[in-house]
Amino acid sequence: MRSMTAVLDRTRHGRFALAALLAAAVAMAVPFYFAPFQVFQLTMVLVYAVALAGLNLLVGFGGQISLGHGAFFAAGAYTAAIMLDRFDTGHLATLPVAAAACFLLGLGFGVPALRLRGLYLALVTLSLAVFLPPLLKRLEAVTGGSMGLTVEKPQPPAWSGLAEDQWSYFVVLAVSAVALLVARNLLRSRVGRALLAVRDNESAAEVMGVRLSLHKTFAFAWSAMFAGVAGCLYTWVIGFVSPDSFSFVLSITLLAGLVVGGLASLYGPLLGAAFVMYVPSVAQDLSEAAPGVVFGLLIIAVMFVAPTGLAGLASRAGGAVARRRAGAAASDRSSVAEPPPESTSEPSAPRTPVDPESVEAEPVGAPPRTEKE
Amino acid sequence: MSTLTDLLQQVVEGIGSGAVYASLALALVLIHRFTGIVNFAQGELAMLSTYVAWQLMASGMPFWLALPVTLAVSFVGGMLVERLVIRPVQGAPELTVVIVTVGLFIFVNAAAGLIWSFTVKAFPQPFPDGGIDLAGVRMDWSTVGIIGVVAVVMGLLYLLFQHTSIGLVMRAVACNPESARLSGIRVSRVLMLGWGLAATVGAVSGVLVAPVLFLEPNMMGGVLIYAFAAATLGGFDSPVGAVVGGLFVGVAETLAGAYVDVIGPDLKVGVPLVIILAVLLVRPQGLFGRAAVERA
Repeated sequence: MRSMTAVLDRTRHGRFALAALLAAAVAMAVPFYFAPFQVFQLTMVLVYAVALAGLNLLVGFGGQISLGHGAFFAAGAYTAAIMLDRFDTGHLATLPVAAAACFLLGLGFGVPALRLRGLYLALVTLSLAVFLPPLLKRLEAVTGGSMGLTVEKPQPPAWSGLAEDQWSYFVVLAVSAVALLVARNLLRSRVGRALLAVRDNESAAEVMGVRLSLHKTFAFAWSAMFAGVAGCLYTWVIGFVSPDSFSFVLSITLLAGLVVGGLASLYGPLLGAAFVMYVPSVAQDLSEAAPGVVFGLLIIAVMFVAPTGLAGLASRAGGAVARRRAGAAASDRSSVAEPPPESTSEPSAPRTPVDPESVEAEPVGAPPRTEKE
Repeated sequence: MSTLTDLLQQVVEGIGSGAVYASLALALVLIHRFTGIVNFAQGELAMLSTYVAWQLMASGMPFWLALPVTLAVSFVGGMLVERLVIRPVQGAPELTVVIVTVGLFIFVNAAAGLIWSFTVKAFPQPFPDGGIDLAGVRMDWSTVGIIGVVAVVMGLLYLLFQHTSIGLVMRAVACNPESARLSGIRVSRVLMLGWGLAATVGAVSGVLVAPVLFLEPNMMGGVLIYAFAAATLGGFDSPVGAVVGGLFVGVAETLAGAYVDVIGPDLKVGVPLVIILAVLLVRPQGLFGRAAVERA
């Protein structure tokens, strides 16, 4: 693989830039071609994508499990709603506050939970997700109790000539683009490399000088922060929060979406978010239980046959084509956990440890496999 | 009623619900002992068993006949789950296995909703009304019955593990699967057996709690959290710990709900969260667990 040199790198860079431009153009055009409700759905896909990108940091790259990201999502949503409702702060101010609040909350819960293996984090987060709705109902004076809070949605400025749903879409698009970029860059930094090392072999990573508890705790805090940002966006888009919107089903659904979309993939969260948004709305027509049946079966099936999810399938197909082209020249070993040393010195090289393709080649949860399939 | 009898009354009720948590926690601990994973679907499997019992009784079977049939069905069901769902990811990283059990959780929950709908169903109380009066503390027959049934289950498990040859084999596998395999034990069959047993013990908790909580697909969600707290407190490796932890969590929850105004009945579900966090901070291996030493 390493010998595939600059030619391929450059074409890949070019292709990436082209794809990004194309995606941006499509994203900009979308709200003008779809009905308001469809624009709303797409906006929600972006909102979920931010939450899933955060969850992906933790689960996909950190190898820890959170069954309670809905709680951080709710915390972000309520922070925004309370600021708008009580203090009339304006929408923009709610975003950093929600992000900071959830970061600290994540830090607080991460410290005890991460002293041990990821299992305990799952227990703590699950109890947190179950506990939060009754707590929100109880704090009626601030949260509005079971009735929830209704707040104003961001209004399009007069010069833009946009409708409310279109404006919401663009605002969310901007925030989520930045958030996804931050997530991507975070993974290409020292933090990301440390996380991967911890995920792949905790003891070895520790011996190599990675401070386990520090990195795990911060991964959790970052991840909670993304969920909080997503929650804040949720409040902007929906204009209404209530405890029942954030039952622990939301947490489970987020994890399900991420797994199906693709763990440890950069595009996985987007695909997963589409899944979280559209599968329930399609399956709900069949019966109330259908989304759960579909989600449950898909999670198990994905873990059995394609631990890298939808994104992994796509890139494996792409990778197979690339490999055939590269021929036998490639040193065909999937040693992802040990990035070539030169890649650390040039972070722009696509073969950094968190490069989507290289990471996806190594499923988080699968038994070791060779690439020769 | 004096304050003391009132307190004792609460403790008795706490032990009643604690016995149910203990039973589900025991199921969790069994599976953790055998496979080193936490089965997030344990509560949902118990819920499914409870629906089986309900279906049997709805077709005219008396409770005390439906119970053994349900337990047998659960045993086979647990083995099937191990064979079909868990075996394929055996040896995979913990994350994979946990995600698979979460998938199972979602699937079983929704499937129960699909089959029996999400409407709440009344579940007959197998124990007679009324109760006994002990120095002003009233003990319903249902509480006595729950404690009795759970005690019998514990006793049977103890006998099975300590005094039968299959129990010896199971302990060997839990202790060291590799050595057990080398000495001729069919480890995979023992693991199936372990899952079957856990499903049976879990089913007991579901059937016992259903008359109180009423039967619906989300019935066991809350119980599962309490059982997690119980297993964390007792130590995920210790069956005795699961029982002690379950009783403690039950009493703590009841007392907190009754005496701490801030908590009250609606925020009781915060108690297990606090217990889990406290245990992890103070004694992460739990009361009866052994601290794990990891070798790379």
